[in-house]
Amino acid sequence: MNYNFRFEILLRYQAEILQGVLLTLQLSVLTMVFGLVIGLGVAIAAGSPSKWLSVPARFYVETIRNTPLLVQLFIVFFGLPSLGVRLSADLAAVIALSINMGAYGAEILRAGFESVRRSQIEAGRSLGLTAAQTFRHVVLFQATKAIYPALASQFVLIMLATCVVSSIGVTELFHQAAFIDSRTYRSFEAYTLITLSYLILTLAFRALFSFIYWAVFVRRPAR
Amino acid sequence: MSLVELTQIRKSFGPVEVLKDVSLKVEKGEIVAIIGRSGSGKSTLLRCINGLEQVQAGRILVAGIDVTARNADLNVLRERAGMVFQSYNLFPHLDVERNVTLALKLVKKLDREAAGKIARDVVARVGLAEKLHAYPDELSGGQQQRVAIARSLAMQPALMLFDEITSALDPELVGEVLRVLEGVAKEGMTMMLVTHEMNFAKNVADRVIFMHEGRIHEDGPAREILQTPRTAELGSFLSAVLH
Amino acid sequence: MIREFAGADVVYLLLAARWTVALALVAMLGGGLLGLVIAALRIVPFKPANWLAILYINLIQGTPLLGQLFIFFFGLPLIGIQVDAWTAAAISLSIYAAAFFGEIWRGALQSVSIRQWEAGASLGLTYGQRLFYVVLPQALRVAVAPTVGFLVQLIKNTSLTALIGFVELTRAGQIISGATFAPLRVYLVVAVVYFVICFSLSQMSRRLERKLHVAR
Ligand SMILES: Nc1ncnc2c1ncn2[C@@H]1O[C@H](COP(=O)(O)OP(=O)(O)OP(=O)(O)O)[C@@H](O)[C@H]1O
Ligand SMILES: [Mg+2]
Repeated sequence: MNYNFRFEILLRYQAEILQGVLLTLQLSVLTMVFGLVIGLGVAIAAGSPSKWLSVPARFYVETIRNTPLLVQLFIVFFGLPSLGVRLSADLAAVIALSINMGAYGAEILRAGFESVRRSQIEAGRSLGLTAAQTFRHVVLFQATKAIYPALASQFVLIMLATCVVSSIGVTELFHQAAFIDSRTYRSFEAYTLITLSYLILTLAFRALFSFIYWAVFVRRPAR
Repeated sequence: MSLVELTQIRKSFGPVEVLKDVSLKVEKGEIVAIIGRSGSGKSTLLRCINGLEQVQAGRILVAGIDVTARNADLNVLRERAGMVFQSYNLFPHLDVERNVTLALKLVKKLDREAAGKIARDVVARVGLAEKLHAYPDELSGGQQQRVAIARSLAMQPALMLFDEITSALDPELVGEVLRVLEGVAKEGMTMMLVTHEMNFAKNVADRVIFMHEGRIHEDGPAREILQTPRTAELGSFLSAVLH
Repeated sequence: MIREFAGADVVYLLLAARWTVALALVAMLGGGLLGLVIAALRIVPFKPANWLAILYINLIQGTPLLGQLFIFFFGLPLIGIQVDAWTAAAISLSIYAAAFFGEIWRGALQSVSIRQWEAGASLGLTYGQRLFYVVLPQALRVAVAPTVGFLVQLIKNTSLTALIGFVELTRAGQIISGATFAPLRVYLVVAVVYFVICFSLSQMSRRLERKLHVAR
């Protein structure tokens, strides 16, 4: 083997990498927020007694979960223009990612509400709390605690998944690998460095989320 | 030689010493009830005898096998010393018959027919002949516990260990399991049982051991011990469980 | 030359879908074997082995699969192994799948209560007998549905290999889309093909889960 690994050249591209990280985080947060909003609507619709709501909601969830994100992205970015809807790469990315997250968010939220047992609701009502009070003081806290781990790992999954949008030219973190590659012809080093950057982000977010969990759900308020 | 001989055993979990210098002999055919407060080390004692826990010091001999030896053959030991647990621990993926025959086939190397015959026999002895092909989740707690006893009996052990086997049962199911135990006792099986059923201890056991804070605090004939406790600890324990 | 999106193109897509399935199958086999090793390393009572497995799982699950694909695609030639896109994709997806299979199977093994091991032990069964006759049959039941469920992820993830130039279903879609200028129709057909494969697997996973849940 006579290849000289030269990771040090990449140090010149700190600014690009930082910019990529910021865009990746923006994309991830936006996707999470929009995805949960869509997911909440879909979860409510899927559980509704009206077939006009529940059937389309289930169809949406199944379609999204059983097709690749990359293809969904291509449909939004390359396909929609033939219907006259022309989107920038960034906007197409946010839309495709949010629609994708909506299906997973719906499942997470549904599982969360189901996890709060009837007996807890009955206990709340039997103490004289109204339905709204029971929801706010009993159901919401427990449901949030139940879905928090799933949401936290979903955030990391989204962050890792956002790298596919580099394929339509969004200049997020993964795109920087191609950029550095094109400047230095150091493909292996560029992709390794960028891939490991994701590892750092993943570990950092996991630590942050565990801390939040501890602070919010485990720690007892000081007396 | 006694069937079970413990000499000065010590057992700790981390910094907590759970058994402190316990010595004990059990003769063949003896029925020993072990009583004591929660946390006094009763389960740990049985688990050490069966090699499920390792002791830090002392020696345990069971049917001539040195359980504490470094190269002890625990599988042979366990073939000779059966154990029934509080939580039944039947194999959920096997029906009653196969729960019983599994070890007969694998450990005793019996063929299907011989194992099946023994299974039918022991399952009938615990009064569940008609449940031979039921799965554990189709049985009541009492029935599951009787199958667990049958499964252990089938191995024809020299010694049987029972750890609070009626504690997880609804009160109305306790009787059926105790009756099975009584039957096994009458047949001359050597038994060590941790129990909270004082009447059963009084009527069926030959001997009662009272454990307190990791030590054998009192040891003697069942009726004598239970009727006239010598120490204040046993006295207060008995008045707590009887009232 | 721009032409119409025609029946022949659908056939081309279906033929390309064979490579999607083939890639997933290879990753399932390779990843399955390696996954067994990972699960074993994760549970043996030997700390360094556990750490190794945890490191592997974190590396794979903490980085994007797309990055892993590029690393293998560009990295293997550097250590003297000339690879085409197919080989890089197959190796990379196997390594990726192994981390997930390892975790699924470890979870399944550990879902069987320690009491079941003890019950086996108290009957005199050897370690191997306890594993094979008592624990594995129960663990298998727990593992089947999530294993099939992960195959859906695997099929979907094969689409990323299009980006290193491997001609499977998605890449075939890109090619035809470029030739016909009917991207919407092409990608919808591509999506339908994925959906048929993945939805059948999802349904199978659900049915297995229900069946194994009630049955013993
Ligand atoms: N695996 C373990 N790890 C750490 N501590 C243990 C373990 N098993 C038992 N202990 C501790 O050892 C002590 C004795 O436990 P043991 O189960 O033998 O008590 P016991 O007399 O059977 O009580 P009970 O009547 O509640 O079953 C307890 O303080 C318990 O907390
Ligand atoms: Mg106990």
